[in-house]
Amino acid sequence: MKTLIFLIRKEFRQIKRNKVLLPIIFIMPILQLLILVHATTFQIRNVNIGVVDNDKSTTSLNLINTLGASEFFSITAFPAHISEAESMLAKSQIDMIMVIPQNFGSNLVREKQADIQFIPNAINVNFATLAYSYATMVLRSFNIRIITETTPTIMPVQHKVVNIIPRYYFNSEMNYKWYMFPGIMVILITMIGLFLSGLNLVREKEIGTSEQLNVTPIKKHHFILAKLIPFLIIGLLELTLATVLGILVYNVPFEGNFLVLVGFTFIYLFVVLGIGLLISTMANTQQQMMFVAFFVVIIFILLSGIFTPAESMPNWVQKLNVINPIAYFMKVIRMVMLKGSGINNLIHELISMTIYAIIVLSLATFRYRKTS
Amino acid sequence: MITVSNISKQYESVKALTNISFSINDNEIFGLIGPDGAGKTTFMRLLTTMLLPDNGLIEANGFNTVSDYKKVRNIIGYMPGRFSLYQDLTVEENLNFFASVFNTTIEQNYDLIANIYKQIEPFKNRVAGKLSGGMKQKLALSCALIHKPEILVLDEPTTGVDAVSRMEFWQMLKRLKMKGITIIVSTPYMDEASLCDRVALIQNGQILKIDTPENIIKSYPKYLIAVNAKNKYKLIHDLRKYKNSSSVFAFGSSVHVTFKNNNTDIDELKNFLISEGNVEIDINIAQPDIEDCFMELMKAEKNE
Repeated sequence: MKTLIFLIRKEFRQIKRNKVLLPIIFIMPILQLLILVHATTFQIRNVNIGVVDNDKSTTSLNLINTLGASEFFSITAFPAHISEAESMLAKSQIDMIMVIPQNFGSNLVREKQADIQFIPNAINVNFATLAYSYATMVLRSFNIRIITETTPTIMPVQHKVVNIIPRYYFNSEMNYKWYMFPGIMVILITMIGLFLSGLNLVREKEIGTSEQLNVTPIKKHHFILAKLIPFLIIGLLELTLATVLGILVYNVPFEGNFLVLVGFTFIYLFVVLGIGLLISTMANTQQQMMFVAFFVVIIFILLSGIFTPAESMPNWVQKLNVINPIAYFMKVIRMVMLKGSGINNLIHELISMTIYAIIVLSLATFRYRKTS
Repeated sequence: MITVSNISKQYESVKALTNISFSINDNEIFGLIGPDGAGKTTFMRLLTTMLLPDNGLIEANGFNTVSDYKKVRNIIGYMPGRFSLYQDLTVEENLNFFASVFNTTIEQNYDLIANIYKQIEPFKNRVAGKLSGGMKQKLALSCALIHKPEILVLDEPTTGVDAVSRMEFWQMLKRLKMKGITIIVSTPYMDEASLCDRVALIQNGQILKIDTPENIIKSYPKYLIAVNAKNKYKLIHDLRKYKNSSSVFAFGSSVHVTFKNNNTDIDELKNFLISEGNVEIDINIAQPDIEDCFMELMKAEKNE
């Protein structure tokens, strides 16, 4: 026990003395959370629209103004012809074309019907779909207004319309940042756990100190624990720091119990630290370690459902997520923060992660013994 | 007492050690002498429990290096060839660290390292990475000694160290020997062999000879002369051409020559060299040293 404490103190002393690592450990989470949460948002704003107005009536002008007044769109160009608009779309000067046909205004009055055309840039499919559906939403409100304006008041029409009033549970304001924030937190904690622990061990190999330690009576599990515990503590500190930042900067609602999240993160950190150590037992240089760890992390992150819900991935991909610790953590952290889930809702994840931690750490310890 | 019996170790396709057996007495300075790749480091790694032998047995003061490895680690101090202490910890922190790992303190065994540590103590708050080469070496030696080992294993401690520091280092080893420590040291420098009590000459994973340096030199079977001339390259070339010469190799500033039969006439050789056009010829009878013995043994090995 005395040796273990001494070993841990040595690790902290080395971390403290590392002029690159120490600032990164605390600056990285702040920057990541402040920048990346915005960068990964799927909310669409400032869609640039080029309007080809072939009608030039009051009605068409009215429509253009309605669209432009929406916070999602800005009308940035009025190309004279559709071909000009298309070339602007090709050059990415605009994101969507709206074509208003000739006689749009008069048709609307005479025939109570008129068509307009939207041509969104669909390189980013998600963006195009959203931009289009926003545009139709704006158009619908325009329609209702037109109907009330053009229908003679002497003959009041009863609009028998079923109004759907949606209420969005767990993120009532449909705030995408609230969804992304926990996701970025997961990346952060994973990076700390997986990279730092493994790199630390490989560094001892590289500078030869692990050889020197091998001839001492130091116990292997003490050595491994001394590599885990400092980063476990740092990981939990980062979690706290990030949570505070989320509440202060993004007003992220923290519905659940913070201690539940800490408890789960504790187990999760054992898993990623274990993976880091396992990779490091196979690597001889920090370069190898870095490359393999990066490869693993990227796959795990993208599979985990950080951007798109894992449930909408193909079935076999979802099956892969059984061995993806990040997917478990991604799910749990969102459930706890946004939904307020308690321990009884997380039993399955808790058990899976505990088993995972035991397997990975045993493997890492076993491999470490074998190679030395 | 360290006994080595029938030890073999193979790395994939390379045979590092082939069936070697010998013993090292208590309280002697035992030198492992041989070129790079001879198997010196492999033997040291086997002795310090870092490698498992393919077969054979090593016992260090009665403890088997495989089954009793924990006990062996407690009585052995090891200083690897490469400086492998924490560069980002200070001198004192490094020493403290290794003391704690062995469940001891600096104070407890201070008398053993006092002589060496005093020289680096003024820099005890400097990080190890910023020390000079000689000081790093002293720190590494202190760390290897901090748990008062019975056996000290040093892997090429003087490689890349200047002549003055090398002499100083051997002085330190002599003093440690007086404190009752058995010292095993490897070196590629033949001139350091005479500073050991006994040496083992190693080549290609086999031991050519084990004896005191004096006996090894005494048993040198041949008549050795040192030749000098103005054009050394031509001299070596001509000596090799000489009908009676057996081995010819550059040694320091002269050329050492042995002969196929030991009653070669020096005047005859001189005349031969003159007739080949060498000038400023100087021939002396030379005292063989370990390097000559090593060369001779290697040659004998090759011919077998």
